Amino acid sequence: MEIVNVIGQIQGFSVLAAGLLISFAALGTAVGFGLLGGKFLEGVARQPELGPMLMMRMFIMAGLVDAFAAISIVMGLLLFFATNPFLAAVVNAARPAVV
Amino acid sequence: MSEAQVITPGQYIEHHLEHLTLNLKTFSIGDGGGFWTLNLDTLIVSVLIGIVVFGTLRMVATRLTEVPGKMQNLVEMVFEFVNNAVHEIFHHKTTFIPSLALTIFLWVFFMNAMDLLPVDLLPRFLGLFGVPHFKSVPTADPNATFAMSLSIFALIVIFNLKAKKHRLLKEMLIFPFGPYLFPVNVLFRLIEECVKPLSLALRLFGNMFAGELIFILIAIMPWWLQWPPGAIWAVFHILIITLQAFLFMMLTIIYLSMAHEGH
Repeated sequence: MEIVNVIGQIQGFSVLAAGLLISFAALGTAVGFGLLGGKFLEGVARQPELGPMLMMRMFIMAGLVDAFAAISIVMGLLLFFATNPFLAAVVNAARPAVV
Repeated sequence: MSEAQVITPGQYIEHHLEHLTLNLKTFSIGDGGGFWTLNLDTLIVSVLIGIVVFGTLRMVATRLTEVPGKMQNLVEMVFEFVNNAVHEIFHHKTTFIPSLALTIFLWVFFMNAMDLLPVDLLPRFLGLFGVPHFKSVPTADPNATFAMSLSIFALIVIFNLKAKKHRLLKEMLIFPFGPYLFPVNVLFRLIEECVKPLSLALRLFGNMFAGELIFILIAIMPWWLQWPPGAIWAVFHILIITLQAFLFMMLTIIYLSMAHEGH
């Protein structure tokens, strides 16, 4: 029964970790993209003829903003859907006791 | 996903995240040998793409005509785009950096574009010939992206040495806080240089791996539900593919021109 408790605890913490990974990444990029898009619109409103040039630079920045959020989201999704490595470690450690 | 034995989503994902490996110690396929392991799938796909893409460029270059055909037009467009991007940033006379940038852009672009193939197509097809695992996107393998970014790191060092020679040491010692704080200056400079290859590689790898994983997650859904999210993500992913290839190229140019011009 003890092993069930431990596994449950690890699963709970893993879900929390995955939620934090995904949500903070989303929060960060949301703020970043908001600022980016707002400043881009401001710039285009001031000097419409610079639109295409600013657009290209904005996409470069979008790529930079996006990147590390994507990594963090993937780590979260891996914890959610693929086999949880922390859980596997506990199960391996407990195997002689279970069998 | 319609094998006779039922496999769980976790196993399906794990199966798709394994490389086709070659152990260099025992020359056996499929078992990990720690450091001495070659990811055969990454190597084969990236080299094949390189041969096809640059073979095509070579073919177009040897058959230049006065009135360009469709293919020549396309190649000239890409060529001019890259050339402009380079000369906007790098203001010296150079033929090396534009060619490097074109190579990086096209190679990374087509390696990323392997992501748009259905996730089960190549593994399933090669599975018929007894290949256990196959990951078809080279840039979703950190080894490939780190190989590229470390080569660029080496180029940055070479450019630094070539452009500044003995002034490089002076620049490392007195920039940005002046000569009295030289340990801090050297430390800052080292961190600045080491972060470049790291962020370059991790950015490309992270984006491609994320895209790949989301395609795999979509593939777990029942077949009648896969189409809408698959289509949406594929369209969005076309943007990411181009953007990341472009970004890799731009950052390379920026780093190299920084190395050439100095602070």
